[in-house]
Amino acid sequence: MTKREFLDSLEQGLSGMPKNEIAGRLAFYSEMIDDYMEEGFTEEEAVAKIGSVEQVVSEVIADIPFTKLLKEKFKAKGEIKGWEIVLIVLGFPIWFSLLVGTFAIVVSLYAALWSIVVSLWACFGAFVGAAVGGTLGGILFACTGNPIAGFSIFGGGIVCAGLAIFAFYGCKAVTQGVLWFTKNAAVAIKKCFVKKEKI
Amino acid sequence: MDAQLKRGLLDVCVLAAIKDGDSYGYKIIKDMKPYIDMSESTLYTILKRLELSNMLTVYTSEHGGRLRKYYHITKAGLGRIEDFKDEWREVMAIYQFVSQGGKRK
Repeated sequence: MTKREFLDSLEQGLSGMPKNEIAGRLAFYSEMIDDYMEEGFTEEEAVAKIGSVEQVVSEVIADIPFTKLLKEKFKAKGEIKGWEIVLIVLGFPIWFSLLVGTFAIVVSLYAALWSIVVSLWACFGAFVGAAVGGTLGGILFACTGNPIAGFSIFGGGIVCAGLAIFAFYGCKAVTQGVLWFTKNAAVAIKKCFVKKEKI
Repeated sequence: MDAQLKRGLLDVCVLAAIKDGDSYGYKIIKDMKPYIDMSESTLYTILKRLELSNMLTVYTSEHGGRLRKYYHITKAGLGRIEDFKDEWREVMAIYQFVSQGGKRK
C-alpha cells in the first residue's frame, strides 16, 4: 500500500470524527511515514510499520472519549429546524420510553453476562468448600469408627478438589473472555458513531 | 498493568524523551523503543494531552524539503518529571514494605 492510499483509507475510516482531529492525525502519520522512508525503508515498508488502517482506526477510536464522538455526530447534522423541535417534543413519550427501554435492555444483558461469571465462580467456591469439608469430614468419620462412610466422603472430597482445579481454569477463561468482550463492544459501539455510510 | 498507572508512566516517558532537546514523533518512538513499545496512535494521543496540559509546546520546522513538527518541553513538563521522581521514591518504599511481607526491617 502506498502512503497516499493509506492516508486516503484512514481518512475514510475516521470520517465522522472531529475535522481538526482527522487533519492532525493524518499529518502525524504522513510525517511518520516520511521519517521511516528517510531511515531507508521503502514506501510499502514504512506504511506497514504504522499498521493496518483497520488497526489504526480501532486504536484511535478507543482513545477518543465517547461523549466527544456523540457531540460530533449531532454537530454534523447542523442546526435543528422548528418542525424538528415540535416533533421531538410531541414524540417525547415515544422516543424517551424507547430510549429508556433500550438502555434497560443493554444494562440487563450486561448484568446477565456478569452474573454468569459470578455464578461460575460460586460453583468454584462450592467445589473448594466441598473438597475441604469432604476430606476433613471423611477423615473424621473414618477415625470415629465408620471407615466405609469415611472413605466414601473422603473420596468425594478428593473428586471435588479435582473439579475445583478444572473449574478454576474455566472460570478464569470465562472472566477474561467477558472482559475482552466488554472492551471490544465499547470500541464497536464507538465505531457506529464514526463510520459513515459509503457513497 | 493498571491502565491509569500505565497512562501516567507513558506521559512521563514522552516528557523524558524531549527533556534534553526538542524532538519529533519518529525520534521519540525510536528513543523509547529499548524501554517501552508504543504505537504511533498512542504517541499522538499522549502528545496532544501533554500539549493541552501545557507540559510541552509544538512548533513546525522545515526539514529536507518538508515540514516536521517538533516538541519542546515546558517548565511545567520539567516539573512533572521531578514530581514523578518524588512520587516514585514513595512508591519504591511501599514496594519494599509489600515485598517484605508487610514487615519492617
